[in-house]
Amino acid sequence: MNEFPLLTLVIWLPIIGGVVVLASGDKSANLSKWIGLTFAVLTFLVSLGLWIGFDSTTAQMQFVERSAWIPTFNVEYFLGVDGISMPLIILTTFITIFVIVAGWEVITYKPSQYMAAFLIMNGIMVGVFSALDAILFYVFWEAMLIPMFIIIGVWGGPNRVYATIKFFLYTFFGSVFMLVALIYLYFQSGSFSILDFQGLQLGMTAQILIFIAFLLAFAVKVPMFPVHTWLPDAHVEAPTGGSVILAAIMLKIGGYGFLRFSMPITPDASASLAWLIIALSLIAILYIGFVALVQQDMKKLIAYSSIAHMGFVTLGFFIVFTIIQNPALSSGSVMGIEGGMVQMISHGFISGALFLCVGVLYDRVHSREIADYGGVVNTMPWFGAFMVFFAMSNAGLPGTSGFVGEFMVILATFRADFWWAVLAATTLILAAAFTLWMVKRVVFGEVKNDKVAVLQDLNARETFNLGALAAAVLALGLWPAPLMNVMHATVENLVTQVSVCKLPAAESADCVLARPAPIAELNGRPVAATH
Amino acid sequence: MPFDAANLLPILPEIAILITACVVLVVDLYLKEKDKGFNHTLSLLGLVVAIALTGAVGGGERQIFFDGNLVRDAMSDLLKGAILLVSLFAFIYARPWLKDRGMLVGEFYVLGLLAVLGMLIMVSANSFLTIYLGLELQALCLYALVAFDRDSKQGAEAAMKYFVLGALGSGMLLYGISMIYGATGSIEFGPVAQAVAEQGISNKVLVFGIVFLVIGIGFKFGAVPFHMWVPDIYEGAPTPAVLILGSAPKIAAFALAIRMLADGLQGLLADWQGMLIILAVLSMGLGNLVAIAQTNIKRMLAYSTISHVGFIFLGLLAGSAQGYASAMFYAIVYAVMAAGAFGILLILSREGFDAENLDDLKGLNDRDPWYAAMMAIIMFSMAGVPPTVGFMAKLLVLESVIRLDLVWLALLAVAFSIIGAFYYLRVVKFIYFDRPALNAPVLVTTGGVRAAMTLNGLALLALGLFPAALLSLCQAAFV
Repeated sequence: MNEFPLLTLVIWLPIIGGVVVLASGDKSANLSKWIGLTFAVLTFLVSLGLWIGFDSTTAQMQFVERSAWIPTFNVEYFLGVDGISMPLIILTTFITIFVIVAGWEVITYKPSQYMAAFLIMNGIMVGVFSALDAILFYVFWEAMLIPMFIIIGVWGGPNRVYATIKFFLYTFFGSVFMLVALIYLYFQSGSFSILDFQGLQLGMTAQILIFIAFLLAFAVKVPMFPVHTWLPDAHVEAPTGGSVILAAIMLKIGGYGFLRFSMPITPDASASLAWLIIALSLIAILYIGFVALVQQDMKKLIAYSSIAHMGFVTLGFFIVFTIIQNPALSSGSVMGIEGGMVQMISHGFISGALFLCVGVLYDRVHSREIADYGGVVNTMPWFGAFMVFFAMSNAGLPGTSGFVGEFMVILATFRADFWWAVLAATTLILAAAFTLWMVKRVVFGEVKNDKVAVLQDLNARETFNLGALAAAVLALGLWPAPLMNVMHATVENLVTQVSVCKLPAAESADCVLARPAPIAELNGRPVAATH
Repeated sequence: MPFDAANLLPILPEIAILITACVVLVVDLYLKEKDKGFNHTLSLLGLVVAIALTGAVGGGERQIFFDGNLVRDAMSDLLKGAILLVSLFAFIYARPWLKDRGMLVGEFYVLGLLAVLGMLIMVSANSFLTIYLGLELQALCLYALVAFDRDSKQGAEAAMKYFVLGALGSGMLLYGISMIYGATGSIEFGPVAQAVAEQGISNKVLVFGIVFLVIGIGFKFGAVPFHMWVPDIYEGAPTPAVLILGSAPKIAAFALAIRMLADGLQGLLADWQGMLIILAVLSMGLGNLVAIAQTNIKRMLAYSTISHVGFIFLGLLAGSAQGYASAMFYAIVYAVMAAGAFGILLILSREGFDAENLDDLKGLNDRDPWYAAMMAIIMFSMAGVPPTVGFMAKLLVLESVIRLDLVWLALLAVAFSIIGAFYYLRVVKFIYFDRPALNAPVLVTTGGVRAAMTLNGLALLALGLFPAALLSLCQAAFV
């Protein structure tokens, strides 16, 4: 294993950077911005070390750091990444750079606090993805709320107080029940290590209750129907940077939670309640798709589109249980999870870029209403090109990253059930409808009013942001193989793990999943994947 | 038993505080009006000496002395240190307020120090009699402190209420003690515990006594339904008095509960556990719900105290070493948070103006970003949001409750803490999201206050990140 504490560095470097930026104060706004950018770029470069040093042939945790934190309760400072968390960490550090750049000239009120909040949040989010101790995870998970709460509340729109308190309380509500579940699991396993939790045998009642506690936490975060209502509010009121982080990364944390906690810790409950998640996902895809269609506010529209796209992610994850229960099918399960993962990363790029696009317009016109625009392409040709490109990828155009994930999930769903796949596939139409219609109204047509007539095209800063994200979307769309390779071993291992019944011997008659074959596999994380 | 000077060693901290109080009392007579600040210096000095002495005579085996009336053990060492430290901060925060109002007089410090002395005695008590004496010493000083601003009608009213209800609580406690004495024939905790072990719960008088003891404890903690005095006193009393009575006395109240229930009546756990569950649920529920409706921040903090008492009871009612340690951790942490919160209110006050309403916190981030950050940390800590220590405290009590298989109680507790999060967030909202009122003057504070508040706020963060040290001290108290 790597001796150098790389993960610790990626977590704490931006947090220290945040403190430095705070200390630099607002006397010279440029100074704090440059310090902020330097730390963001440094963090990204350091996090690339994770990609370079990553061994994609194993499902083992890598870059592991483990030391005692609260010894009396066996709480540890336990970090490590696998193929699921590593790409998400790099996504986090990558997106943070654009957020800092996007706030460069726009944020005039206390810019140092703004930069510091995003840097600190960057570190905390990396912590969420790399924590392998449940309490450490929970600490990062909740700590994340504080900077976001302040970002929306201080730099947000007119209704920001309502939005940010709603955001905080919703998420807090979901997560405290997870805390109780985690403590309960601690008494079952004797440690707070998530890997130990994954090896536990649990009865059906306990599994169901734990699953529901996790579901409350993660469903709010994803967000799934019907607990999604905080998201449109938070997005609309948040400053551009806040929206980008929310959509690109925070939502992914919910999806990550399902993969790291719900599915491996309570596979039997997940299997027996998979219908619920699948149903909620399909509702999110269809119903929220229609809701997005009628939005008048661009940010709200993209927010609803995010909910619909995250529905794909949860669908891809939980369709696995239908596939593994059907002995005739063997392969589709890995594809479902991998599709969900690709969808998460891709949605991170696309939604981030779309919010940046809205930010570009908002900075000039100070309106997010679709009706206030029209014919933007006449005055902002470059911007128009980018906006159309991202809209296309949001609609899942082949060749962009949006297509890859959706295609894989639909393919996996098709194996499970034809009609579900039909329902899921309608999103391709719906997403095309609501995004392209928005683009048509905003970008194309005649110049609608005087404000649009005097618009300036992208400046260098904005071009850099949108250009880099466009490159990422294209790269992932044309050549997704590197990302798939990284996660393949981990996902295969996860599928093996969730296809084994974890009920104790007394209840083994109720197993819908395969009975555990060799006992050794259950203890701890099974090691090598079967190639 | 002949007098043995070695017996005095373990109570050197108490002696130091007593001497300081007497010295301040005398010196004050000879001080000119402009030199009254010397009282402050002397008191701080006394507290620092007492802290040093606590460290010096502390550690090692449990000692019982003065005919079994006093005890010194790991728990008393830690609690004494915490009480003295929190009081030290309280005195530092209070000084500018007192000075602005011409109240920087010896009496405040004498009363404050004697209250601290009372708390220390409660912490080291080994018999019902000693604990009662300590309690009354503390309470009488606090009654007087509440009425300290003698021209204030509100203060006088609050003091009267506090006195009447406090006396009622003491009466209940004393009545309970007499029952226990009747049933067991002793007022020392050791023999009482022995007698209880022999008689068990068959003795009705004993159980009857416990009911009154728990009521007395409930009164002193301010637990629902014995909380009526808390909001009125917090609102009516001058803020420095609230600071003193709202912080360290919670630690002393914890000692009161633990000495009587754990040291003396552990054998009757089955009886008092149920009572504490009721008190805990009611306190968390009512405290958190009613706090939402408050616009006066002192009153809001009063209800917040009530809800925190509910959480402390969650740890106590576990009845295990683990549970007591978690309650102790919570009580100490709460005292530090409360001292910081009221400290900020004092900082915001100035001559002729008391910061009392939530509105007064508006735009603190614009007026002084550092204090704003400290207050935000305190509020997030009270709400129990990581990485602050408030989360660790809640985690530990929840852990001890789930250990008892009372998962429903843990779920109830977290549900109430979600409700509670709202009103703490509202404070953060006023600090960060609102702009200051136009006539808000620049905050002027002394370097000492700033240093103390910095320590106080950062301690909440540091303890949240590194809770292991304090936690192991707490656990060492109950092995």
